[in-house]
Amino acid sequence: MEPFRSVRGGGARVSLAAAEASLLRSLVGQVMSLVEPDDLEGPGPGLSPEPGEDAELAALEAMVHGPGADKPPEDPVLARLLPDGYRDDPDAAGEFRRYTEPALRSAKHQAAQEMLDTLPESGGRIQLSQDQALSWLKALNDVRLALGVRLGVTEEFEEQWGQLKPDDPQWSAFEVYAWLGAVQESLVQAMK
Amino acid sequence: MVVSAAPAEVEVPRSADNPVSDKPWVTIVWNDPVNLMSYVTYVFQHVCGYPKKKATKLMLDVHHKGKAVVAAGAREAMERNVEILHGYGLWATVKQDK
Repeated sequence: MEPFRSVRGGGARVSLAAAEASLLRSLVGQVMSLVEPDDLEGPGPGLSPEPGEDAELAALEAMVHGPGADKPPEDPVLARLLPDGYRDDPDAAGEFRRYTEPALRSAKHQAAQEMLDTLPESGGRIQLSQDQALSWLKALNDVRLALGVRLGVTEEFEEQWGQLKPDDPQWSAFEVYAWLGAVQESLVQAMK
Repeated sequence: MVVSAAPAEVEVPRSADNPVSDKPWVTIVWNDPVNLMSYVTYVFQHVCGYPKKKATKLMLDVHHKGKAVVAAGAREAMERNVEILHGYGLWATVKQDK
């Protein structure tokens, strides 16, 4: 990867190897399917909705199922991506979740979709508008949150990683997590 | 914060001389080990509308003290803030400021 660079007039550009592009696409795709509403039967493979249909789907879902769930998701990754809006008030947190979670899922899904739409499988030089760069920033952050929770990352990430042997199956996941941090850091710097 | 109110309006300290009629609520951002310091500062600057110095100070408060109050005002506005901050992956909550 050549790090992100600012583009005059807003936005950012980056150069990615095919393997890097394919890794990013896979991770973003995983987060995308994670945030899809779980009480809606998703369309089969190859029938995923076109961008822009998300809002329609969310509206349809709200109509059929009523407002969203009022309990935090059991999966810790999903619970971090869709956190409670109140800390010590379960009733208020439930109420808040009922009315905000469907839109939050849809917004995260949309950012992930926009990143996939602007990230060719083959990588190469990619130029993003300001809006597209913002979607990448959000989608990359969600991927790092998901991976960070799965790996149990703490503030002492470097030490955690250092304690693993290179043949530990988690070692390469820590390497990916560190790389994602560098990618996001360079994007933040380019967008300043 | 966000787009509805300028930081200057939400940071007026309350005192006997400056009573607030409706119950004040706050938006809190909590520390987490994943979000990059630069990213949190970026969000405070570009989403909350704080100048760089203030955004950096708030980010450092989150990092070192575990949390920071990033806005105060009506409950509905604080809930909207939290919704937007969740969209950016920040760990934010609403609280009544007693």
